[in-house]
Amino acid sequence: MMRPTDLTLAEGLEALDKREISAVELTQAFLEAIERLNPRLNAYITVTGEKALADAAASDARRAKGEARALDGIPLGIKDLFCTEGTRTTAGSNILGGFVPPYESTVSANLKRDGAVFLGKLNLDEFAMGSSNQTSAFGAVENPWSRANDPDRRLVPGGSSGGSAAAVAARLAMGATATDTGGSIRQPAAFCGITGIKPTYGRCSRWGIVAFASSLDQAGPVARTVEDNAILLRSMAGHDPKDSTSANLPVPDFRAAVGRGVKGLRIGVPAEYRLDGLAPEIAALWDQGLEWLRAEGAEIVPISLPHAKYALPTYYVVAPAEASSNLARYDGVRFGLRENGSDLKDLYERTRARGFGAEVRRRIMIGTYVLSAGYYDAYYLKAQKVRALIRRDFEEAWGKVDAIVTPATPSAAFAMDEKQDDPVTMYLNDVFTVTANLAGLPGLAVPAGLDGQGLPLGLQVIGRAFDEETVFAVGGAIERAAGFTASPQVMA
Amino acid sequence: MTYTIEGETGPWEVVIGLEVHAQVTSHAKLFSGAATAFGAEPNSQVSFVDAGFPGMLPVINAECIAQAVRTGLGLNAEIHLWSRFDRKNYFYADLPQGYQISQYAHPIVGTGAVEVTLADGITKTIGITRLHLEQDAGKSLHDQHPSKSFIDLNRSGVALMEIVSEPDMRSPEEAGAYLTKLRQIMRYLGTCDGNMDEGSMRADVNVSVRKAGEGFRTRCEVKNVNSIRFVMQAVEAEARRQIEVWESGGEVTQETRLFDTARGVTRSMRSKEDAHDYRYFPDPDLPPLVLEQSWVDQLKASLPELPDQRRARYVAMGLSPYDAHVLTIERETATFFETVAKGRDAKVAANWVTGDFFAALNRLKRDISDPPVTAEHLGELLDLLADKTLSGALAKQVFEAMIETGQAPSVIVEERGLRQVTDTGAIEAAVDAIMAANADKVAEYRGGKDKLFGFFVGQTMKAMAGKGNPALVNDVLKQKLG
Amino acid sequence: MSLDAATVRRVANLARLRLDETEVEKLQAELNGILDWIEQLQQVDTDGVEPMAGGAPVEVKLPWRADAVTDGAQAEKVLANAPDREGEYFGVPKVVE
Ligand SMILES: [Mg+2]
Ligand SMILES: [Zn+2]
Repeated sequence: MMRPTDLTLAEGLEALDKREISAVELTQAFLEAIERLNPRLNAYITVTGEKALADAAASDARRAKGEARALDGIPLGIKDLFCTEGTRTTAGSNILGGFVPPYESTVSANLKRDGAVFLGKLNLDEFAMGSSNQTSAFGAVENPWSRANDPDRRLVPGGSSGGSAAAVAARLAMGATATDTGGSIRQPAAFCGITGIKPTYGRCSRWGIVAFASSLDQAGPVARTVEDNAILLRSMAGHDPKDSTSANLPVPDFRAAVGRGVKGLRIGVPAEYRLDGLAPEIAALWDQGLEWLRAEGAEIVPISLPHAKYALPTYYVVAPAEASSNLARYDGVRFGLRENGSDLKDLYERTRARGFGAEVRRRIMIGTYVLSAGYYDAYYLKAQKVRALIRRDFEEAWGKVDAIVTPATPSAAFAMDEKQDDPVTMYLNDVFTVTANLAGLPGLAVPAGLDGQGLPLGLQVIGRAFDEETVFAVGGAIERAAGFTASPQVMA
Repeated sequence: MTYTIEGETGPWEVVIGLEVHAQVTSHAKLFSGAATAFGAEPNSQVSFVDAGFPGMLPVINAECIAQAVRTGLGLNAEIHLWSRFDRKNYFYADLPQGYQISQYAHPIVGTGAVEVTLADGITKTIGITRLHLEQDAGKSLHDQHPSKSFIDLNRSGVALMEIVSEPDMRSPEEAGAYLTKLRQIMRYLGTCDGNMDEGSMRADVNVSVRKAGEGFRTRCEVKNVNSIRFVMQAVEAEARRQIEVWESGGEVTQETRLFDTARGVTRSMRSKEDAHDYRYFPDPDLPPLVLEQSWVDQLKASLPELPDQRRARYVAMGLSPYDAHVLTIERETATFFETVAKGRDAKVAANWVTGDFFAALNRLKRDISDPPVTAEHLGELLDLLADKTLSGALAKQVFEAMIETGQAPSVIVEERGLRQVTDTGAIEAAVDAIMAANADKVAEYRGGKDKLFGFFVGQTMKAMAGKGNPALVNDVLKQKLG
Repeated sequence: MSLDAATVRRVANLARLRLDETEVEKLQAELNGILDWIEQLQQVDTDGVEPMAGGAPVEVKLPWRADAVTDGAQAEKVLANAPDREGEYFGVPKVVE
């Protein structure tokens, strides 16, 4: 048998079923890998080894009794934005201090219900605000990949789910939960050579996930294969009466859709995504991906998303506005960090100045400003209207196509010491992904090739609302055609 | 006549608008399943939603929506089938989320009107601008510790209806009458208990003053006044303060003030100084609130009769406007009255309820919800009067016995033998005996001393232990005395 | 629209963020950079466009729950993370109203 940490999630389930390995052995293997590699990668903020082993033992007992559930015994990492009952939850921020939630997020509870074993809490950009995982108060995460011609240069894993993507790529978890507000699942998945899906807004409950921007946040999985994502999403998703924005729809068998093929599907190619100065390697990969799909019987259809180019500035009004309000609760009164002050206002200001990092403060400032008297119409209301137009563009596209394929990111992973000065340059990372958040649509990133430096590059598949099945079908076809087998330099 | 306050420069008119915060009657909070009961241990009725914990999300309570719609219908107001929740952002120790979920741009209820009756019998219509649903904040206690305030979040998230009036009131009396009427309507509807002592109704009082014929001048908002009497006092105190400012050549600045009930003055509220920019925006956690017209119609059809309609019906039944008013102030009183009056003479029932029954409530310090005599028993008593089993005097005697024993009047009548005597033979016998024993008085009466008639009535009734039918006693005496 | 230092301070005050003078300067430059970039939204013709509030890709309505007490009665859990717990209360510096 393969080394346990090399198994995909689907293979892991099979191995467990055939008793080729026990959940305890599997968990042990991942805990050892974490112990060895996490000091370097810093993917985990908190490792819950003892609890994981106990849960794995319970899982083995269930399996022995023939009561194994959908994910029984599968070791997962949980992004530290999901509240986990009894386990410290930080959101990558100092302001949550030693916050120990007395409740379990719906998504992680769903995974537990299905028998998953949690290895620990994964690093992220502070409050999920970032595209490089460098804004975490618990230190940057290192991408397990490196450039062939510059192997010592440490690269970012992307963000905000950088810990999730790095852990899965380096085999420190079989899969992980992640969240995506502007690209925070798809961009790190692409940077780390793995697969991730942001489902349709409302597919996964937001209850118990530390909120960044409530109208954009959506939880989803990252894992090494499209099929593994389909398996995980089926467990994570579902209607939750505790989230008023949760969709009351049945959860399809996503796994069955992965192998469906693309014959007869119309694949849209948005003209506006062919940005000036798009890296030739990215453009070539995109063309290659479309060629694979055509070869499999799909029809490639040029489309227009005329407002897509305004998606990023729209996002940088809407997301900070919501964040400025969502983060008001971190005030040092009921939980988290407190810095004492001479009066209440002083306490608030000191607590929040000390507790939030620079990027979070910057976004709170923008968000507060765009909502404030005199600026609301020019910024916030305007952005909401442009957002409506972006959604409308997609609605029109769905008259012509069944899915849209684009690059996942405008570049491969960059180095930790690059791109740090100018916030806007950093924001451009999400240029391809953010439209799906604004329109609430599902988007999947799948590795499709390597750049000249040997770094992974991903393609993105965007689908209709609540049509993740087609997204998985297209993603599965790309995955099969690409035959992506490269693995990172740092790996268990 | 217009109410004015006399200043050094002449009379000033007062302009008043009220924002009433009325606690919605519901078991659970607006956006969480925590209880709303008054007087619980601190922080014992708090969900993580109410405490603003990370990742917590609001889910709306259907009954609170229904209560807001019922209230809107009771205020003759427009019901908006599409409304939305917005966030009002500000920092305060008892505001755990750092924002209040409210309805700013699109309230559930639009314009309406309330008719109030003033002391001189004149009615006046006060416009309602809007009614919206929002969350209450927690409670800060400032007197528990020398250097700290203590926060209790039990109230945090309790549903409030904010009812905003037009600036249509012109005197403390009108403000008082409006609040009384609003409370009455909500108590009838069962949508707010109106209990101002427990904070279930508070008013923000907007006051400005002006000279006759002027447009509006700058107003000030006196926050959180918690009794009708204090609202009336606060209006006057704030109006006088503003008059003084204007007359001394100053300018009233728009601000939030507090009413100091002990000193009877308003003062500036420091903590609200910089909270003017609330940065309202649609709450992304809550999709729009959409109502079906058929659902609203159902609520409307099941609405109880409101005080105005009920009062009009009572007057049509023959009650005096005053009795109709008194009987409809509280819904329970009206219900009590109607039970008593059912199938009986409404006027007699009204007299008994507003007379002997109210007197008994007062004397015993009891409330209509805990009456000393049930409406059913009181009704039976009226039946005994109507069928002449009891005389008026006997009925009063039986009524007192009902209060004492809680027994039905028929039981009391039987056990104590209080049935009035209508047997003319027995009355004649009694009269004969009295006349025989008082031959001198009979002669005096017959000699023209008419006043003695009362003496004979009294003696006869006394001899019959009060049970003689008064009319028959009169008849027999008149006949026998000649 | 360009942000001056006074606006940066006013916004920081609204957001309850304590800034020292060097931070004001740095943020002023950064925010102006971001706002300049956001300015391109003004090019979009949005006449007659209904603003999109909320993230749902399709029209949705607010779901309602029944009026039942299903939560609360957990003061210990609510207070467990408090930086300053005073008996059954949260403690804060004294507030003057
Ligand atoms: Mg007010
Ligand atoms: Zn209010």
